[in-house]
Amino acid sequence: MIGARLNWRIFVGGGALLMLALTAILAPLLAPVDPLEQDLFLELLPPWWQADADPTRALGADSLGRDVLSRLIHAARPALIVAVVAGVLTMLLGTALGLLAGYMGGMVDVVISRMVDIWTSFPPVLLAIMLVALIGTGLHSVIIAIVLIDWTRFCRVVRSETLAQTEMEYIDAAVIGGLKRGAILFREVLPNVLPLVIVLLTLEMSIAIIVEAILSFVGLSVSSDSPTWGGMIAEGRQVIHQAWWVMAFPMGLILIAVLALNLLGDGLKTALDPVLRR
Amino acid sequence: MSPILDIHDLRVSLRRGAHLVRDVSLSVDAGEVHGLVGESGAGKTMIAKAVLGILPDAIRISGGSALFRSDDLLQLPPKRLRSLLGREIALIPQDPLTGLNPARRISAQMTDMLRHHLGQSRGEARANALRLLQEVQIRDPEQVLDRYPHELSGGMRQRVLIAIAFSAEPSLIVADEPTTALDVTVQKQILRLIRQMQERHGTAVLFVTHDLGVVAKVCHRVTVLHTGQVVEQGDIADIMSARATPFTRALMDATPRYDQPADALHPVPEHIHQELRATARRFDEANP
Ligand SMILES: Nc1ncnc2c1ncn2[C@@H]1O[C@H](COP(=O)(O)OP(=O)(O)OP(=O)(O)O)[C@@H](O)[C@H]1O
Ligand SMILES: [Mg+2]
Repeated sequence: MIGARLNWRIFVGGGALLMLALTAILAPLLAPVDPLEQDLFLELLPPWWQADADPTRALGADSLGRDVLSRLIHAARPALIVAVVAGVLTMLLGTALGLLAGYMGGMVDVVISRMVDIWTSFPPVLLAIMLVALIGTGLHSVIIAIVLIDWTRFCRVVRSETLAQTEMEYIDAAVIGGLKRGAILFREVLPNVLPLVIVLLTLEMSIAIIVEAILSFVGLSVSSDSPTWGGMIAEGRQVIHQAWWVMAFPMGLILIAVLALNLLGDGLKTALDPVLRR
Repeated sequence: MSPILDIHDLRVSLRRGAHLVRDVSLSVDAGEVHGLVGESGAGKTMIAKAVLGILPDAIRISGGSALFRSDDLLQLPPKRLRSLLGREIALIPQDPLTGLNPARRISAQMTDMLRHHLGQSRGEARANALRLLQEVQIRDPEQVLDRYPHELSGGMRQRVLIAIAFSAEPSLIVADEPTTALDVTVQKQILRLIRQMQERHGTAVLFVTHDLGVVAKVCHRVTVLHTGQVVEQGDIADIMSARATPFTRALMDATPRYDQPADALHPVPEHIHQELRATARRFDEANP
């Protein structure tokens, strides 16, 4: 698209994400042991560089003697699934409604904009917990909750950008060129809104990872025995004084994932900016 | 000669009621450049947009007609109007920056019209776009076709827009301040280009501007507008002479000229504005 200029942020952020994605996809091959296997002799075993470590448990073990590294690797799966599926669905819903509101104007705009106002007046995390409690736990309800809450972010931005684009003279030129309204929306307006949407998508994906972590921390995500980063933090919190590593590693990974996504978003923004600002 | 565009008693109003254009009549003959002049806010753009059917939502046409050949553009069903616009009537927009879509290559924007209105194939359209770019004197037209608008200078962009306007061989082009956004030297080149193209293709042009100096260079006939009313209409020679109405003469004194120092400029005297606003008020009282 639009002669994007690559920069280091795109490489570093994108590279880190690619590694994370590969980890999630290849989890069964990469994980040294079964993430659910308990071994009470290994309870709260420290990571490899400490004195009484076990070479088969590189990052130590948790309070049930489960391998931290294997759990971290497997937990990348729910995090990534939520980030991608919830991110894309949120983008699609919010962008579609934003385009409609900005381009159609009139009653359509009034109704959609009112909905956005009402939606955003609720505190989002509370809303997410309420929603999941209502639909039931599981990955799909985490995704539904994120989409239902966060579509407004895309809707607002896309609506105002669409409005700005329809003021431009090239829209008049397209009308006079004989294009129909639908064709103008998709062929003339959408390509101008797309760079913004892509940048927002990276932001949304990092939010999705955090929301999934929060919901699994309070036990509202996937079933409690399969590993999640949020669940691992919750378990690690209880043994923080004896074994900091159970909590520190999943936190670190969440941080890395979120930073990588923000870096990628930043990189894309500058790469696409000269076009955005025309 | 019969006019190609015949605007009769055009009235344009805000949906809430206030009039912006007050019963304006003007006609453009085939092959003629007709200047539409007036100060900012006089209603020039409203007339152009009314004819092209692109008025903003808040504004409506409340009377009159605009005959193009035998069709009234103001009454035409949208489908008929769409097929006429672009092919028979084209636009040169004011701002070369927003007149081209920033996210699409020049080639895509130039071939749209050719493929849509003239049914040309992709290859034919590209060949014609190339020929058109040569005609508007763009160097390296092959390269320019593959560029995005922000990679071109303002003058180049305006040349591209002129090429697009002429591409379907329309019989009428509406040009709304096509040189206002350009600097003076480029302005002259673009004016000359529009005039050349117009003569070569026999195209009539409705030329909107606030600059009487520009009008003197390119127009055959002129309509002078104030507060949405016609204050003067006629051949360029008559209007430039001492026979012009007080407002037109005042407007001429207010127009910068190359052969005069800037301090020779006089703004239009306030009593002339007041008289014209008073006639507008009388019109509004008679036509609520
Ligand atoms: N969207 C709008 N809503 C309300 N009034 C408008 C709108 N657009 C223009 N007007 C008013 O209509 C009148 C005529 O405007 P128009 O744009 O036709 O002026 P113009 O002669 O083209 O001036 P300029 O040289 O500044 O382009 C102005 O008084 C303006 O304030
Ligand atoms: Mg104007």
